[in-house]
Amino acid sequence: MSMTAAVGHAHADPHHIGVVIEHPGPASKRIVTAYGFWVFLLSDIVMFSCFFAAYAVLSGQTAGGPSGAEIFEQRNVAIETVCLLLSSFTCGMASIAADVRNRFWFYLGMAVTCVLGVIFLVIEFREFADLVARGYGPSRSAFLTSFFSLVGCHGLHVSAGVLWLLTMMAQVFAKGFRADVLRRMMCFALFWHALDIIWVGVFSVVYLLGGAP
Amino acid sequence: MLGKLDWSAIPFDQPIPLVAGAVVLVAILAVLIWVVVKGHLPYLWDEWITSVDHKRIGVMYILLASVMLLRGGSDAIMMRIQQAVAFQSQGYLPPEHYNQIFSAHGTIMIFFVAMPFVIGLMNLVVPLQLGVRDVAFPTLNSVGFWLTATGALLVNISLVVGEFARTGWLAFPPLSGLSYSPGVGVDYYAWSLQISGVGTLVAGINLVTTVLKLRTRGMNYLRMPMFCWTTLASNLLIVAAFPILTATLAMLLLDRYLGFHFFTNEAGGNVMMFMNLIWAWGHPEVYILVLPAFGIFSEVVSTFSGKALFGYRSMVLATMAICVVSFMVWLHHFFTMGAGPDVNAIFGIASMIIAIPTGVKIYNWLFTMYGGRIRFATPMLWSVGFMVTFIIGGLTGVLVAVPPADFMLHNSMFLVAHFHNVIIGGVLFGAFAGFEYWFPKAFGFRLDERWGKAAFWFTFTGFYVTFMPLYIAGMLGMTRRLQHYDVAAWRPWMIVAAIGMAVLSIGVICQIMQLVVSIRNREALRDRTGDPWDGRSLEWATSSPPPVFNFAFHPDVRGEDAYWDMKTRAQQQSFEHDVPEYQDIEMPRNSPTGFICAFFASIMGFALIWHIWWMVILGGLGAFATFVVFAWRDHDEYVIPAEEVARIDRVNLEERRSLVSMAGAV
Repeated sequence: MSMTAAVGHAHADPHHIGVVIEHPGPASKRIVTAYGFWVFLLSDIVMFSCFFAAYAVLSGQTAGGPSGAEIFEQRNVAIETVCLLLSSFTCGMASIAADVRNRFWFYLGMAVTCVLGVIFLVIEFREFADLVARGYGPSRSAFLTSFFSLVGCHGLHVSAGVLWLLTMMAQVFAKGFRADVLRRMMCFALFWHALDIIWVGVFSVVYLLGGAP
Repeated sequence: MLGKLDWSAIPFDQPIPLVAGAVVLVAILAVLIWVVVKGHLPYLWDEWITSVDHKRIGVMYILLASVMLLRGGSDAIMMRIQQAVAFQSQGYLPPEHYNQIFSAHGTIMIFFVAMPFVIGLMNLVVPLQLGVRDVAFPTLNSVGFWLTATGALLVNISLVVGEFARTGWLAFPPLSGLSYSPGVGVDYYAWSLQISGVGTLVAGINLVTTVLKLRTRGMNYLRMPMFCWTTLASNLLIVAAFPILTATLAMLLLDRYLGFHFFTNEAGGNVMMFMNLIWAWGHPEVYILVLPAFGIFSEVVSTFSGKALFGYRSMVLATMAICVVSFMVWLHHFFTMGAGPDVNAIFGIASMIIAIPTGVKIYNWLFTMYGGRIRFATPMLWSVGFMVTFIIGGLTGVLVAVPPADFMLHNSMFLVAHFHNVIIGGVLFGAFAGFEYWFPKAFGFRLDERWGKAAFWFTFTGFYVTFMPLYIAGMLGMTRRLQHYDVAAWRPWMIVAAIGMAVLSIGVICQIMQLVVSIRNREALRDRTGDPWDGRSLEWATSSPPPVFNFAFHPDVRGEDAYWDMKTRAQQQSFEHDVPEYQDIEMPRNSPTGFICAFFASIMGFALIWHIWWMVILGGLGAFATFVVFAWRDHDEYVIPAEEVARIDRVNLEERRSLVSMAGAV
């Protein structure tokens, strides 16, 4: 109602309520790239939400196999979580280093991020391998199917992230902090932080809720 | 070495696919040889295959859609003939072949006709309407197109090598699970949709970013042409819905390839979860397709009525309302599966609510026409034909949105008639209207009106003769996907529908003739002004076809109907312009990345379908290498010098000045 009233007053340009702000024209490349990547990340999160939903539906369907409380090792998960959260911090440091064009701190930040990411992946891989060896592979029950898929999907993303990270380091080494390299670095950082956010979801929904007896 | 692939994959005992496949193969070879011998290959490679120009990519999308329309159409003809002759007999198609045909028909028409057609039109037009030089991510755009083409290629390969799914176009488990569909048909289905789905997602991200971040000076949200608004809504839906499809198909594939239990009957799998997931994508998909069509009708109706769109703001609101509500109705696709009366009632009401914004749109179009100077050119005919047809489809839609009515009508021919009514009457008519409307913009000459009108009338009549009988057959209890039947009451309607299909086919032939005749008479049909319809939005402000950079300057927009506004002002101010100061323009360089990506994706898709694991790895490595090589290039832009821009633009300005002075004299 207040809208119609306001429109009545804005004679000069009926499409602007109160202040007339003219659109300034196309945004800069940096903004466009980051914006597009955000949109991609949102779509990726939608994809993850499907696997979360599947886990929610199937987590009770153990078909005589083990339940979450029987197979989850909270200590491992704690280490994984610490690694990933720390790696987000070091990735942030690397981003700052890239912004101020400091090669040394950039390489250091990225290298530590990479090591933490790889440690995370190794722990996850060992957890999976151990479960499969005990006969609790993903085809044992619908619960294990959804568990392996959700956690594995996140793991795949981290693996892709590590690959991307190495490519980024090589790019900075070969090309320096060029504008397009910096834009890619920004996207990589967004990707890495988003994986962290998703891990918080995995950690809470799968290991904390599912691990409770 | 070759996984599951051996000679038994080629259907030597079935003449129909083999002959069809041979004909297509010969045709492709002939075209390839002609291209190479005539020396067109460098031109094709430089100007089209590696092009990252949104206009070229849009045209290629539409070309792909048109070719696949013929493929999907021949499936439709075969089905209509089968149901006309299969009364108390087997008909001429063996059951498993018939099942493949209806699955392929649905898959192709939605994913490889409707989707590329609307995405192609959006690609072609939206940057022009926004007054900018290109989409947000030009190379990614090319990747998106070529991945869609990969999906289409895989579906067509299934015609000759192996088989296609026999499960219907959404491949419901457990029928699509390994125990009931052990062949490669479902794998063809899933991998081709998975690959083209990535292409669609890429296009969606690209167009959302383009509309939100790349508008010319002064183009505030409430000055955007309606087509840009519906593009935004449709691509937001793509970004939100296609990941669901990706996840769902991934789960189905994990079930099939690695023995997982998402949707199996054993070990606690849940089939209903597939229904929920697939329709959580599938229902928004309907609006992904029809919203751009609504945008096209808005542009066309307003242009050919010579009036601004009536109720522009309510149109925007209706578009965004549909965008949101379309995510809240998916359950109406399985009212009969025991969700209970409360859930059914809620989703029934949500489904009916969508009719309100859609009704708003219909009234807006009618009021736009009211009091206007209406010109019944071909795009306008498609639009008016749409309004009549879509209302019928919408009404039957509200009918089946009532759960008790749906219990009677679900899975019947009535339903088949309903969704063809909205998809043909909405999406396809919209695509044709857009095709006729923007063709002169893309190619610089108009299409022949006589053949165009003939195409409209045959298609329009053919549509009614084909699908109205299906409503009746549905009321008489005929279920869908019937391979043969024994009920005498259904037969006459099936025969009428087959006759309708013949009329529809004449419409398609007229459309092809229109293209042939227009290309032959292109000199006489040349559009020199860039504004053949007396248009209202910015795409008509540049020449036809537009230069590679679209606009010498970013146009300055001062209100709705930007170009109409400019024309009016130019006439009033006797058009004394200063000589503009041209500047260098940076444009993205051509790139084979998209094509090479699709090449590796095709290899990988084929290898995955046939379990040829070494080839999968090869394709994956190739794709990663392409990515790195692309990331490594140093110069991704080239500069068009100011003198060149000036030279190109001056021609356009001269034409326009003469146009304005002529109009002023009248």
